[in-house]
Amino acid sequence: MAADWIVFWVCAPISIGSAIAMLLQRNAVHAALFLIVNLFTVAVLYLVLGAPFLFAVQIIVYAGAIMVLFLFVIMLLGVDREERLVERLRGQRTAAILLGLGVVGEVVFAIRAGVGFSTRAPAGFGAANGGGNPQALGRLLFRAYFLPFEVTSILLMVAAVAAMVLARRRERPVASAERRAQEPIEPSEPSEPSEPREEEPVG
Amino acid sequence: MDWLDWLLLAARVVVVFFVLLLSVILLVWVERKVVADMQTRKGPMRAGPRGVLVSLADGIKLFFKEGITPALADRPVYLIAPIVSMLPAFLAFAVIPFGTGVTLFGRRVPFQIADLNVGILWVLAMSSMMVYGIVLAGWSSGSNYPLLGSIRSSAQMISYEVGMALALVSVLMYSGHLRMTQIVAAQDRVWNVVPQLPAFVIYLIAGLAETNRPPFDLPEAETELVAGYHTEYSGIKFAMFYLAEYLNTVTVAAIATTLFLGGWRGPHPEHLAWLWPILWFVVKVLAIIYAYIWIRATLPRFRYDRLMAFGWKVLIPFGLVWVLATGAVIVLPDVYGRRPVVIGAAAVLAVVLLLSLLWSALARRRETVEAPS
Amino acid sequence: MLGQFLSHPPVELGPIGPELVLAGAGVLVLLGGALVRRRQPRALLLASLAGLTGAAVVSVSLWRWRGHATVLGGMVQADRFAVVARLILLGVAALALVLGHHYFERLGEERPEFYPLVLFTTLGMTLITAAADLILVFLALEILSLSLYVLTALSRRLAAVEGSMKYFLLGAFSSAFFLYGVAMAYGATGSTHLSTIARSLAGQTGNQALALAAVALLVIGFGFKVAAVPFHMWTPDVYQGAPTAVTAYMSAATKVAAFAAFLRVLMTSFQPLTWDWTPIVWGLAVATMIVGSVLAIAQTDIKRMLAYSSIAHAGFVLVGVSAATQEGIQSALFYLLAYAATILGAFGVVMLASGRGEEHTSLGSYAGLCRRSPLLAGLMSLFLLSMAGIPPTAGFIAKVNVFRAAVDAGHWGVALVGVLASVVAAFFYIRVMVLMYMQEPLEDVEPDPSIVPRLAVAVPALLTLLFGVFPGLVLGLLERASVLRW
Repeated sequence: MAADWIVFWVCAPISIGSAIAMLLQRNAVHAALFLIVNLFTVAVLYLVLGAPFLFAVQIIVYAGAIMVLFLFVIMLLGVDREERLVERLRGQRTAAILLGLGVVGEVVFAIRAGVGFSTRAPAGFGAANGGGNPQALGRLLFRAYFLPFEVTSILLMVAAVAAMVLARRRERPVASAERRAQEPIEPSEPSEPSEPREEEPVG
Repeated sequence: MDWLDWLLLAARVVVVFFVLLLSVILLVWVERKVVADMQTRKGPMRAGPRGVLVSLADGIKLFFKEGITPALADRPVYLIAPIVSMLPAFLAFAVIPFGTGVTLFGRRVPFQIADLNVGILWVLAMSSMMVYGIVLAGWSSGSNYPLLGSIRSSAQMISYEVGMALALVSVLMYSGHLRMTQIVAAQDRVWNVVPQLPAFVIYLIAGLAETNRPPFDLPEAETELVAGYHTEYSGIKFAMFYLAEYLNTVTVAAIATTLFLGGWRGPHPEHLAWLWPILWFVVKVLAIIYAYIWIRATLPRFRYDRLMAFGWKVLIPFGLVWVLATGAVIVLPDVYGRRPVVIGAAAVLAVVLLLSLLWSALARRRETVEAPS
Repeated sequence: MLGQFLSHPPVELGPIGPELVLAGAGVLVLLGGALVRRRQPRALLLASLAGLTGAAVVSVSLWRWRGHATVLGGMVQADRFAVVARLILLGVAALALVLGHHYFERLGEERPEFYPLVLFTTLGMTLITAAADLILVFLALEILSLSLYVLTALSRRLAAVEGSMKYFLLGAFSSAFFLYGVAMAYGATGSTHLSTIARSLAGQTGNQALALAAVALLVIGFGFKVAAVPFHMWTPDVYQGAPTAVTAYMSAATKVAAFAAFLRVLMTSFQPLTWDWTPIVWGLAVATMIVGSVLAIAQTDIKRMLAYSSIAHAGFVLVGVSAATQEGIQSALFYLLAYAATILGAFGVVMLASGRGEEHTSLGSYAGLCRRSPLLAGLMSLFLLSMAGIPPTAGFIAKVNVFRAAVDAGHWGVALVGVLASVVAAFFYIRVMVLMYMQEPLEDVEPDPSIVPRLAVAVPALLTLLFGVFPGLVLGLLERASVLRW
């Protein structure tokens, strides 16, 4: 188990360090890169914890696919080098720090209440992983959870249709301020389709 | 594991690393020679006998060239990018069994660096990391052509990765294993290329796109983008990109060999039993690489929109259908028995054939009807 | 090697039969809309209606389900509650499809994706009423929400896009809350099955503090979906922005589906904590009734007014939920039935009366509607009366039932607030009727003359009257459907 120990103490500091570095970066691409490093090290930690399938999937899906899309979008939008760090909401940072601390406390509490701070594998870990971790996961997914699995496919299909419908617009909705200068959307009806909002009592 | 195991592991890592580097040097020469042969030229002839040392000479030249960093470049990323583009190819090789193994010092030494139980997923993971080197290089150069190249490449590689994953899925469904050694073991009678021929073809095509080889070398299309993502690179950093590209080719060929061509399997005499599998492996890898070079010498580069259309509208649907068919072949006989399934499949095929015949007939009639107007 | 995967547990697909039919119909209509070269919206409409009918037939056959109570690995509950909720949802979807077909046809826009999206939304909604596992509840919730975001943005008005964006952002936010609640419930009890959670909580083996956090978070998640105050902010903008036919659909169906799941989750898995969650629901009900009714008065746009009115109605349903008895479930179901018919009809009338597109939705354009179209004015008055809870409409019976359930459960305070709120609410409903009948027309808006959508609006009107005069027709059925077991 010495190898596990070494891997953990190499990866854990890197993962925390990269997470912090990601937060402190002003450059969007650099932040994304640190996030990739973080995801990668967390994946390695999964491997150490005896979840090789999760390890591979984490790299394929998060580090491989999602972060590439992140970078793609950052580059396409040309989010230029420096991000301005002006707070739009007053006290946002304080609130964020307080809430973050709250979450940390809650996680500690939840772990304490749930599995405790033991360093041993939880009971039944070996039995649950019988026949190998990917195989065990496969059995769970395609037996006990096969309905949610199938329903997820419908959800993804709906999402794909949704993306198509929203992306494939022939006429692009223009921001209202811009549009006032231009002609109305439907030439036959000169009235403004989106009425100015009525005064709203509650924000 | 004691220290000897660690030592043997380290030895394997070092040997694989250097063999891969060496193979790239040879491969560059092989490619130039083969292409030259197909174009009835002689190719490089000066450095070494029949020019075999040409890539070594190139390497030395690049090594001593001045490394230029553009003024607008994002320095750290610009420096990391070439390394990032090399790493995944090496790492993916870690799970590939390139031989049976030997017995040394009374213990079994497999010819494989690590036999992960999620080997095929590891391959997929590393192929998804390959894109980073290119994307980062293009972005960090601070120049327009590299950026265009990298945006193209990220779209291209993500798209073709899906097709590649579908090919891998059908293989792993067919052999029932994620572990590379077991996939090879499952091919003891018939290589996967026979029952999984469509998946093999999909994999080879997607592999071309993943390694940015012609005809899918859009990220570095010199007619449009100067040199694509590595326009601004020079010297040793450029050499690393060059290296990465060929490493990727070797890795993709090695993966294809393992998954579809039975890996190290092949008939061999009892004498020197550990050597023959390695030779078989090398021969198969070389065969696939030769096919890739052949394709490069034959086909012109795709247009970008056609490339994406092919990936999404042909390769992925085809892959999905193939996965479905594989699943049906695996599961249905156990549920309904072998004969009804065979008959049913034949019926479906017959109907599809009939429909396609009728379709063309109908289409012709429609054309003739529409032609006068 | 694959043999281990092939020894299936018995798969009983019966209880998700309606969903299977809907999924099949949805895919077919989707492909039909995408692949057929000369598109016939009418054919798509008919195919979708056929799918809904099939689903309804399967649902009815489930009334006498004799198999296991929970099937498919404990994921789906096969009970009569789900049957009734599904039938309401399918009916709403069918009418909304007819209205929507007409809406886009009149607008001259070709929207072949409208039909499959409505079918998929309905699938999510019917699935959520039968889901017996929090994971499945979440997935179904996401299916219906995602489709609704897109349906909202289906018209090309800017307000629709804006509403869709708001709906999407807040909906994603609420989904996060819901998911957090699911995680908490899992942490507290080690399971996401509703019945296992209930057993664990009843046996005091679960962690009570985490379970309470789970209840709170789940209530927030559901609160967003049913538009309970203070989670109602998105409702007016979305209802106003969406194409009116879509508004009619989502105002009626979303509330039914979300409340069905809400009832099931609270009354089964958190039944052992009833004493802890009743005050929360109680508070939500009071806030929702008051805020919804009062803010509706200030509105000058009919769609916004109806949106606030639907918020207030969520409060009345919550009164029934807070009773936490079988009577409460029954009254909530009846209220949902009455509400769905009424709001669907009301928005249907708005769609027909407000001209092509959405130009004339201000209250002023309803002045003198009875001159231009006595039928529409009459229908609208009927719906408004039902919303106000005035006999002989279904709304009256529904309100009475809800209040009685609350009083029987000892929550007379809530009932009192409810009565006061309905008095306040009656004001703005009556105001619209006064406008329609007693004022001269200000604008010259020609109401839609088509017959079919009028028939579609007449159906809920008939139901509203029928259930108002003979509530016994359905109350008996609802009573047998309002048993939630774990």
